[in-house]
Amino acid sequence: MKEGTKYKVEKFFKDFTIHIFLIIVSITCLFPLLWMVGSSLKTQQTIFSDMSIFPKHPVWTNFYAAWTKGGFGMYFLNSLFYTVTVVFGIVIISSLAAFAFSRLKFPGKNVLFYMFLGAMMIPLPGSFVPLYVLMTRLHLINTRIGYILCMINVGLSFSIYLLKTFFDKMPVELEDAARIDGCSRLGIWWNVALPLAKPAIAVIIIFSSLNVWNEYILATLIFSSKNLMPLQRGLMIFQGTHITEYSLLMAGMTITTVPIILVYLLMQRHIIKGITAGAIVG
Amino acid sequence: MKAKEIFKNYLFVLPAVLVFSIFYIYPFYKVFTLSLCQWDGIARFDFAKNFIGLRNFFELFQDKIWWFAMLQAGYITLIALTFQNALALMLALACDRDIKGGNIYRVIFYLPPVLSEVVVGLVWRWIYDGNYGLLNYWLQQIGLSNLVTDWLSNPKTALTCVAVIHCWKGFGWGFIIFLAGLQTIPRQLYEAAKVDGASSWQLFKSVTMPLMVPVFILVSILTVLGTMQVFVLILSMTGGGPGYHTEVPVTRILASMVGSSRFGYACSQGIMFGAVLLAVSFIQIKLSKYMKQA
Repeated sequence: MKEGTKYKVEKFFKDFTIHIFLIIVSITCLFPLLWMVGSSLKTQQTIFSDMSIFPKHPVWTNFYAAWTKGGFGMYFLNSLFYTVTVVFGIVIISSLAAFAFSRLKFPGKNVLFYMFLGAMMIPLPGSFVPLYVLMTRLHLINTRIGYILCMINVGLSFSIYLLKTFFDKMPVELEDAARIDGCSRLGIWWNVALPLAKPAIAVIIIFSSLNVWNEYILATLIFSSKNLMPLQRGLMIFQGTHITEYSLLMAGMTITTVPIILVYLLMQRHIIKGITAGAIVG
Repeated sequence: MKAKEIFKNYLFVLPAVLVFSIFYIYPFYKVFTLSLCQWDGIARFDFAKNFIGLRNFFELFQDKIWWFAMLQAGYITLIALTFQNALALMLALACDRDIKGGNIYRVIFYLPPVLSEVVVGLVWRWIYDGNYGLLNYWLQQIGLSNLVTDWLSNPKTALTCVAVIHCWKGFGWGFIIFLAGLQTIPRQLYEAAKVDGASSWQLFKSVTMPLMVPVFILVSILTVLGTMQVFVLILSMTGGGPGYHTEVPVTRILASMVGSSRFGYACSQGIMFGAVLLAVSFIQIKLSKYMKQA
């Protein structure tokens, strides 16, 4: 009995110290975000003097000003548009290819597949230089479609790999049944393969969305017109031109970050599954 | 199989191959040809006329700023490899126990990695600000005024500040991988060792560590590859300054391209850097194989 209590007390103290450690790290993770939101609720006058995390008299008009005057409304809609189109493109193109790599026969299949796989392994820093040259030559510079195609390419290899491994595990019987019912190859892809691959597609959608929403460098090199730019680019431009308007900048950053956090909180299970899968591929 | 069937099958991979060829393979090939040329990115490109052989590479070998940038990226990588990964492992070990609220911690720790580098950089830039930043304000409040400095404009502190934020953004990722690795270790092994009277430290040293070696290798390789190529965070925090004190290879490539319109030189930098990265990961893999045998 005595032994048992001693063990319990020991465990309690151990857990207690561990919790303290975990809580401190958690606060460090969350604090900058709170500071960002808090700063966005201060006025241009109080932001340099009021050091409270949340101001006593929050000013919500910063968000309106950032959305309209700061141009973040426009940037937001652009980001949304790019995210939706790119993700849609990635899912369709990569699932078609992955289905073919997994189920169809054609010469050169393995070579093509390893080509996609190799693209994930070989680091190519500064690939934005030739990409910029290419876009200029194709007259795709400063166009929406140019940016969308570039971003589809970025997500393609990983998605094809993930979906192919998924399709490989799909039972052949289902496919055969569909074929007997008169389904074409395209019909099997749409009616059998895609619905079965929903978990993998969810991972691809989430990761590609985060990736496009957070992308900065290609948006910088491709776009020169403000009305085409996505949020990340908009933030840097705003920061460069309104260097001291911190409350508006923080409001713009809050606008940029809130959708990401919402998606993350809703989808965190898939996200954590995805990183593990992604790391194993890499 | 009939030719028509094969053709139909090709149609499935056609869109992917097309996009991939135009936006990956062509630029890949272009990097190599451009690296042998002197070209400002504006004039009509003519390989025969612009060709200068390996001169870009010779120049690059003597480019002090370039190697300085490489060294600084190495410094950030070293900090990420040690502090960031140690923190990630400690947190993963803490959450691997049956601890209350484990899932909440997991969600919080992975929050910084999903944020954009631009947002992370700009928030911390505001906190580090020399005149109105929160960090200096707090330092004054707790009586450490002598530590107050303009963190990101001071050549002595800027690079470390950037490295710390890089680790802040990255440790959650390492944590998730380590945790996934820890959870694949069969519980019976721990039970058996405990029955034999092993202490917590012995458990860690003789059960956890050996089984985690593949995960350690994976995380360290990915940390090196990811950290060496960091640059958006730097653009949003310091822009490479003060002077060249936070420049890294990719910001140098960007500077050659956008700043001085030397597209050929930028490509040769890209190739050199890619080769360095490949060599480093190759050495890491060799080393880890050697260590596994030992």
